[in-house]
Amino acid sequence: MDSFFNEVISGALGRYNYWVVIFLMMSGFYVVIGSTNLVKKIVGLNIFQTSVFILYISIGKINGGTAPIVWANAERYSNPLPHVLILTAIVVGVATTALGLSLIMRIKHAYNTVEEDEILAISLEEDEDE
Amino acid sequence: MIASHLPALQVVVPLLGAPFCFLLWRSPRLSWLLATLISWLTFAISIALLVTVNNSGTIEYAFGGWQAPWGIEYVVDQLNAFVLLIVSGIAAVVFPYSWISVQQEVELRQQSLFFTSMVLCLAGLLGITIAGDAFNLFVLLEISSLSTYTMISMGRDRRALTASFQYLIMGTIGATFIIIGVGILFMLTGSLNMQDLAQRIPELDQSRALHVAFGFLITGIGLKLAMFPLHLWLPNAYAYAPSAASAFIASTATKVAVYVMVRYLFSIFGVNFSFQTIHIQWLFVPVSLFAILFTSIVALFQRDIKRMLAYSSVAQIGYMLLGIGLFNVTGLTATLLHLFNHALMKGALFLAMGAVCYRIGNTFIDSMQGLGKQMPWTMAAFVIGGLSIVGVPLTTGFISKWVLIQAAVERGWWPVIIVIVVASLIAMMYIWRVIEAVYLQSRPENAKNVSEAPLSLLIPVWILALANLYFGANATLSSELAGNAAATLFSGTGF
Repeated sequence: MDSFFNEVISGALGRYNYWVVIFLMMSGFYVVIGSTNLVKKIVGLNIFQTSVFILYISIGKINGGTAPIVWANAERYSNPLPHVLILTAIVVGVATTALGLSLIMRIKHAYNTVEEDEILAISLEEDEDE
Repeated sequence: MIASHLPALQVVVPLLGAPFCFLLWRSPRLSWLLATLISWLTFAISIALLVTVNNSGTIEYAFGGWQAPWGIEYVVDQLNAFVLLIVSGIAAVVFPYSWISVQQEVELRQQSLFFTSMVLCLAGLLGITIAGDAFNLFVLLEISSLSTYTMISMGRDRRALTASFQYLIMGTIGATFIIIGVGILFMLTGSLNMQDLAQRIPELDQSRALHVAFGFLITGIGLKLAMFPLHLWLPNAYAYAPSAASAFIASTATKVAVYVMVRYLFSIFGVNFSFQTIHIQWLFVPVSLFAILFTSIVALFQRDIKRMLAYSSVAQIGYMLLGIGLFNVTGLTATLLHLFNHALMKGALFLAMGAVCYRIGNTFIDSMQGLGKQMPWTMAAFVIGGLSIVGVPLTTGFISKWVLIQAAVERGWWPVIIVIVVASLIAMMYIWRVIEAVYLQSRPENAKNVSEAPLSLLIPVWILALANLYFGANATLSSELAGNAAATLFSGTGF
């Protein structure tokens, strides 16, 4: 019984980062799909992307690894590549957020609302008018 | 000296040209001229690359002298040299066309930005095609996607904004799925270089993490290429974007995504893993058959012809996935041929619609009644493109459908052939609807009289329309390129 619990606990806590990743990924994804407010959708998208950043950063960590700077006492180094990659992905995420938010501003000007269902109703009316 | 750097220049020229287009914001005409010049230059480079690859085999280009797998590598083989040619060729035709069309459809202060986005999008698409590095591919994918969202949002109708937003959400989810997949691959193999990945993956083919990575990648790429149930962003995006943007995106962006799919399935994961361990064909065949039938029927009921063409695009992407799903060399040849042929036909059709939009201000079927007499050249080009969609002999559409049917015969899957034939008949109906309105109806009394579109619109339309006829009558060049690439992919030496 003890060994079973040990296994469960080490399995759950040993992969702590990945649980965080899965939780953030799913909640972000849910917000993107589930909310009707466009700003909330962008926030959800951000959370979703952030989960991937954590995934990548976790990949680079090596037990007992030090910062990847040449040092006589270092036994092993963490892998810096995923961190560098994710810097690029963060930049991409910022650009996407900026573009999304500026689109929302233009939508607000054009429709006077940022609620998806109201915009949909207005669009349907327009389709019928044509 | 320059020749050895052609793979880098293919992407660097448009990428560096884009900021200059932006700096010329005071004069949209200058930024358009620069954009056109860039598109011609990239077209010339892609021809040079194709010739080099055909003469001396695959080119590997290490950026900054850092050798792969550590450095970022660009690889040009027969497959992507062919796709590069499609993308830059369409750009070289659409960019000159865009000036007049954008004058009318995009606000003056946004025009330079529009041309800048077009050049950036071109850079991104070429980069996706040429990249030999999985992460580099993702970054360039986002460059092209972000500039596409911008272009779409510049449409005149306010629904362009919501279309662009919807595309942004779905496109970003797709791209994020792709990096999750790439991240898991990196975790498993420690590499991002595609050739390196291809060597390390076969040892891992029972690993569950690899299967998860495969799932994320296929779903992500599926979103980008508008694979059937994931296509919801596409119709609005194509319908409300400015005409030049619709023509450019419709004939290049989804094709490049199909290329990425082929690259991942055949070169990176390998034929054995994708088709014999995962059996991806059992996803692709039903999904694509349903897409072909369902979206063709939906296209029948569209009032806006641009939207009709958009639905037809989803059906055509179905044909491409079907070719992959048939899982033989002929099927893959049909997919690659259709990449080329569909770019030509959709390019011609969307450009013709742009010319109609330029004259009458919209592309509704009832406003186009009787237009055949007033815009004979534009409508004739539309008919050629339409016949090509249907797959009438002597047009390019016939060639790719013919090869696809051959592939289905090789498999002995008769129901597939029936679906292809039925869908072609439905395509005939939706094209006929337009022909009937344009040629057999008379112009409504209150409609304003219009004249033929200006030459600078007509010439690009006709270049693509004639290309449809030329490559329909004489398909040796395109089938040889597609056939060679397909054979190489199947042989397992994917690069």
